[in-house]
Amino acid sequence: MASIGTPELLFLLRGLGWTLALTAIGFVGGIAFGLVVALVRVSRRRWLRTIAAAWIAIFQGTPLLMQLFVVYFGLPLLGLEPPAWGAVAIALTAHASAYLGEIWRGAIQAVPLGQSEAAHALGIKYRSLMRDIILPQAFRLSLPATIGFLVQLLKGTSLAAIVGFIELTRAGQIVSNQTFKPLIVFGIVGLLYFLLCWPLSLWGGRMERRLARDRR
Amino acid sequence: MNLDFGVVWTRWPELLAGLGGTLFLAVSGMILALVIGVIGVAIRRSNSRIGQALVIAFVELIRNTPFLVQIFFIFFALPLAGVRLNPTTTAIIALGVNGGAYAIEIIRGGVESIPKGQTEAGLALGLRQGEIFRKIILKPALRAVFPSLASQFILLTLTTSIATSISAFELTSVAQRIDGDTFRSFEVYFTITAMYLALSWLVMSLFALISRAAFTYPTR
Repeated sequence: MASIGTPELLFLLRGLGWTLALTAIGFVGGIAFGLVVALVRVSRRRWLRTIAAAWIAIFQGTPLLMQLFVVYFGLPLLGLEPPAWGAVAIALTAHASAYLGEIWRGAIQAVPLGQSEAAHALGIKYRSLMRDIILPQAFRLSLPATIGFLVQLLKGTSLAAIVGFIELTRAGQIVSNQTFKPLIVFGIVGLLYFLLCWPLSLWGGRMERRLARDRR
Repeated sequence: MNLDFGVVWTRWPELLAGLGGTLFLAVSGMILALVIGVIGVAIRRSNSRIGQALVIAFVELIRNTPFLVQIFFIFFALPLAGVRLNPTTTAIIALGVNGGAYAIEIIRGGVESIPKGQTEAGLALGLRQGEIFRKIILKPALRAVFPSLASQFILLTLTTSIATSISAFELTSVAQRIDGDTFRSFEVYFTITAMYLALSWLVMSLFALISRAAFTYPTR
């Protein structure tokens, strides 16, 4: 039975690095594609709206773990052989695009309609309407929920452990199996997640209260 | 690309049993989460400072760590505490604890939205403390937060898939077994993803029915 020393802690920290990298890739990718999903979801064309709605419904109606599995085993069938982290990153990005798309759809629709009408009356084009008028306000409104989803995504990266990718949770499993001290190891792993997520949650909560106060 | 769903579909009795297992985990987890949620809110609103602090710590700790880590922790902690349970029961406890933390926050939001005058009216009418909490605060609060609670419980239903990591009996663990026998990974997981989608729609419609049956009269 080995004890938990510096090498084990360093191994966990390397896992933590991968957790952060996966979260960052998923979040940045999710922001880019989520914006597309949100804009398509509020498009004037009905069939476009339906496609975006279906995309959102599929990702919100199935477990993230299944999304990881389907992408992980599905990509090779398409002749693509990405490394494990690549497959996980693609799945997380798609997952994030659906959730962020839905959050931002809500925020876009929360901006009063009168503003679009005023812009229309002023002859402002769609592109400028979105970029200069709607999206900046929607961004502010959506910030608490967006941060909330970032926490969700960070926790979600732990599922990459089940497909065998060594991020923080999988590193914890490995150290736990070597040292036979599961409670201490998963205690440390949990604490590391908590130290990342809690400040974000507090920040999101504070932002939400400030927005609620401003609206009054 | 060669796909063969046939070998997967011949195992449909197992898949159906797995779906039943998932539903069982989900419903048991929801009930436990609701119990923990109501007790947590009652403690949170009590006069005990220590009780309040413990509930806040519990909620923050659970909401800011991954479910997978929680289920591993509970899986290894229970035997050390002298409690021997099978993986499925362990998974229900983990799901209930996780869902309970979210339920506390959701129900608390609802309870706080009940005007204070309503409690005072109850006191004036001579209702006891327990009655006031049950009839005047909790029921309208649950009605107000039902949609949030329902979407949290659908999330809980999807989360049951993670219970495969401790080999609880549910759809994903069945799928992993079939995957191990047939090596038709994509086909298996694609099939059960569709099953999960159908299940979450079913649960959603069920909640809509409950909402219509139990919480129909106007609340404002």
